[in-house]
Amino acid sequence: MIEGLMGRKIGMTQVFDETGAVIPVTVIEVGPCVVTQIRVRERDGYEAVQLGFGEVKPKSLNKPQRGHLAGAGMLKRHLREFSADNPSDYKVGDVLTADLFEEGQIIDVTGTSKGKGFQGVVKRHGFSGGPRTHGQSDRERAPGSIGAGTDPGHVFKNTRMAGRMGNARVTVQNLMVVEVLSDRNLLLVRGSVPGPKSGLVMVRRAVKSSK
Amino acid sequence: MSQQIMDAIERRQMKESVPAFREGDTVRVGVRVVEGSRERVQDFEGVVIRKRSGGINANFTVRRMASHGVGVERTFLLHAPRVDSITITRRGKVRRSRLFYLRGLTGKAARIKERRS
Repeated sequence: MIEGLMGRKIGMTQVFDETGAVIPVTVIEVGPCVVTQIRVRERDGYEAVQLGFGEVKPKSLNKPQRGHLAGAGMLKRHLREFSADNPSDYKVGDVLTADLFEEGQIIDVTGTSKGKGFQGVVKRHGFSGGPRTHGQSDRERAPGSIGAGTDPGHVFKNTRMAGRMGNARVTVQNLMVVEVLSDRNLLLVRGSVPGPKSGLVMVRRAVKSSK
Repeated sequence: MSQQIMDAIERRQMKESVPAFREGDTVRVGVRVVEGSRERVQDFEGVVIRKRSGGINANFTVRRMASHGVGVERTFLLHAPRVDSITITRRGKVRRSRLFYLRGLTGKAARIKERRS
């Protein structure tokens, strides 16, 4: 078994469960992914299955890319590697679909979060800011002290300050698959998933769950 | 394309027909209540003071005067399976779509004229 597949975030909605309660879900189009290369220990030093996902026009790819995908029989926009229990089970050109997942399964979803630009510490790190009243000026969203004085004489590395936020690789763990619509390769996942609509996501079986 | 997928997923769970009620109408909502192991339908009757569209998330608020002049408002998801039935008991004639002004009125002042068509 391969650990997961690539997909595209479609959007969020809600569904009713059998008791009538509302479950917030993210719809993800998972696959079809095509096996584009098998990484083997002898040649590459590790084992993995390289998958391709997403439609692309031939002219959007350069010649080496088209050559790399020639064996798979179809062109794909995105390539990512996934580990598998036994990569030799797969061969180049195999197509994998959302059937890999089942209802009730616990999964991790990795994506690139939406870029927020240059943000202050209140939004970026959840600082409380300063007091809003009692004669304060320019303190409402200030970070406060960033360290001691002469000793140590410098600001420590990794001190949380303002800066670029978002547009980073984010993994959300332990989301539940609410439903698999295998005819359209759709997955309904409980909760939210990083990234914008139509953003590339990687859906893997959960690292920390036994289910 | 994405929007079509979302619509299709939402439409699966939507009710095929819902009565055409408006703000100001008095409706009786049959609500499925689970008590221990058995399930029964409880009625909640009152004036619709708000309707909100939004696909599967469409909802409406019903206001009812309980005993001692205490107003009770409940908001229902239009397409929720727990909302068993909606029956219009009286059509009301009102001039706005949000009847929040009813909250400040009691007794005779809180009446709504009947709409006749």
